[in-house]
Amino acid sequence: MAVVLRRASIVWTTAYQAFHADKNRGGERGTRGFLITFMPTLYDKIWNSHRVFSDEDVDVLYVDLHLIHEVTSPQAFAGLRSAGRRLRRPDRVLAVADHNVPTAGQIQGLSGVADPESRHQLQLLKQNVSEAGIKVSFEMGDVRNGIVHVVGPEQGFTQPGMIIVCGDSHTSTHGAFGALAYGIGTSEVEHVFATQSIRQRKSLNMRVLFEGIPCVGVGPKDYILALIAKIGTSGGSGFVLEYGGSAIESLSMEGRMTICNMTIECGARAGLIAPDSTTLRYLKGKPAAPRDAAWEDAKASWPRLASDSDARFDREIALDVTTVQPMVTWGTSPEDVVGISGTIPDPKMCDKPEKRLQLERAIHYMGLSAGSPIEGVPIDRVFIGSCTNGRIEDLRAAASVVKGRHAASGIRAMVVPGSGMVKAQAEREGLNRIFSDAGFLWREPGCSMCLAMNADRLEAGERCASTSNRNFEGRQGRGGRTHLMSPVMAAAAAIEGKIVDVRNILS
Amino acid sequence: MRTLTHFSGIGAPLPGSNIDTDQILPKQFLKVVERTGLARALFYDQRFDENGAAKPGFVLNTAPYDKACILVTGENFACGSSREHAVWALIDFGIRCVIAPSFSEIFYSNSFNNGLLPIALPLDTSRQLLRESHSEQPTFTVDLPAQTVTSPSGAVFGFTIDSNRKRRLMLGLDEIASTLERIAEIEAFERQLDRPSRYVPEGVAS
Repeated sequence: MAVVLRRASIVWTTAYQAFHADKNRGGERGTRGFLITFMPTLYDKIWNSHRVFSDEDVDVLYVDLHLIHEVTSPQAFAGLRSAGRRLRRPDRVLAVADHNVPTAGQIQGLSGVADPESRHQLQLLKQNVSEAGIKVSFEMGDVRNGIVHVVGPEQGFTQPGMIIVCGDSHTSTHGAFGALAYGIGTSEVEHVFATQSIRQRKSLNMRVLFEGIPCVGVGPKDYILALIAKIGTSGGSGFVLEYGGSAIESLSMEGRMTICNMTIECGARAGLIAPDSTTLRYLKGKPAAPRDAAWEDAKASWPRLASDSDARFDREIALDVTTVQPMVTWGTSPEDVVGISGTIPDPKMCDKPEKRLQLERAIHYMGLSAGSPIEGVPIDRVFIGSCTNGRIEDLRAAASVVKGRHAASGIRAMVVPGSGMVKAQAEREGLNRIFSDAGFLWREPGCSMCLAMNADRLEAGERCASTSNRNFEGRQGRGGRTHLMSPVMAAAAAIEGKIVDVRNILS
Repeated sequence: MRTLTHFSGIGAPLPGSNIDTDQILPKQFLKVVERTGLARALFYDQRFDENGAAKPGFVLNTAPYDKACILVTGENFACGSSREHAVWALIDFGIRCVIAPSFSEIFYSNSFNNGLLPIALPLDTSRQLLRESHSEQPTFTVDLPAQTVTSPSGAVFGFTIDSNRKRRLMLGLDEIASTLERIAEIEAFERQLDRPSRYVPEGVAS
């Protein structure tokens, strides 16, 4: 299937590339560069090449790419209008419809969206995009549409060295390409609309090294959950994380995106991975990626984004993935996570009163008991999808477990591809048939049951094995109980009707 | 944006760490297209039952806390989703200040953009204020110019806030207007960015 973007309307030179170009020309901006005082990290390089000016303790950074969707943009457009301001760079915006869309019948367009409030929000996005002159906008039903954090990379908009923002906390996903990418609030969306810049205070920089070779059935979702288990949901607060080590280098872009995606769940501003040959291979030929001479330029400049060999980090952490088990959350915070052989913790063993309160509440909400094993907990529903695990590799991994098997009796399992492109690719590979034959529902793309803004949601008390990113109370539906895990673990849970160790199926 | 300098009012205790924005503003209210009208949505799933009736046990449904203008809570408050709706709902309810040992970064920024003051205090101090918010007259006083919080018992605690944000809250300044004052610098930056450029790798003769 040919997907062609009207490239003429888009200028995708990144600030990083222009900065380098200047340096080589001996240009003015090149003289106040990052090479002067210390050996810079990837984060430093992107930061310095995007700093337009400083205002006391705040830097104003240029934004290369602004991603928007229907939920967090309407108030920003309204604010812009009421202040009599205009969208400064419509050519640097990519708009998608993802949070609200139904995952069936998208071909009917907006008239097929049953919920009037959702329909209104989607309609308003379409109208705002048109009035503001935004050229790159994918509508529901377009094969290029899907979850914003799946679409940006697969269309080649996400590129190394960029600053990318979006009114969505999982914008950290794009850091997998060596782009500084993070979620912002709607007031900041409005600020970016009006100024194409963002006011930011620089974070500390933490390096996280994943080393070793994982056992079969363990992958990037388990790595990031293991990190969150180690440092907690606020362990990354105040930091931008840069991931490295042999286990990261050997990951695909899809796997790297899973890691960066959930970086926000440990409180960090953003996650970063230095671009390498894997990054270049992924981006080459993507519709919005540089071509011809521009590609050659990019190919030469992107690898130099990597942190210098003796760059200084404010904190360093190392994890050995050889000992990481398939991870499963048991509670209502991503830090409530254990390996599959683990047990629900006993709040009485916790000496911090606030944490004890949180554990007691989570155990009660989840309908579990302290000290009992996580393995064997029966489930009702399975959700495979989301910006964390809705990419082609995730679906392939899940299908490899499901193939030739059937969902356990009474289990309602649903697969929601992250984009129309992922869906089309999966169908070409016959993955949809594997899932359908196993009794799984094969749906159309969107955020779906990750946050349950559409009709896909848990009923009170239902327990779900989910590949998404948040197990908060009510996240997947009021009273719903979410267990986060990898695609292969969720697939195995569907087959067995309970939380199991996928390694027993794969071996 | 409303200015914020000195104020006194009821502080409501909301113990527990990692209270996420999905709890503060459940997703069914993300479908609004305005910034206002979210007072009832605040902590909806905890405040109201399935039929929409107020749950008597929830702190914000109980006098005097139903008139609270300060929330005293736990670590990593408002983690998770970036939804600014969480801040809008707090403000619509009447909350002007949240006191906690720590906040999620996105929520922290969102607060200043809407005239809500997040005060981060050491864990021990936060615990004391949480205890004092259970007192009979849980009235707290916030003095932003002096950067102090006075507890119901009269104890005074200093807090830190960066000067830029302090000034913006006190004057109700629009951040966009401040940046637009220097738009010429952004334009100059863009001129370099947008012109056709052929990057020449270092050390390679062209």
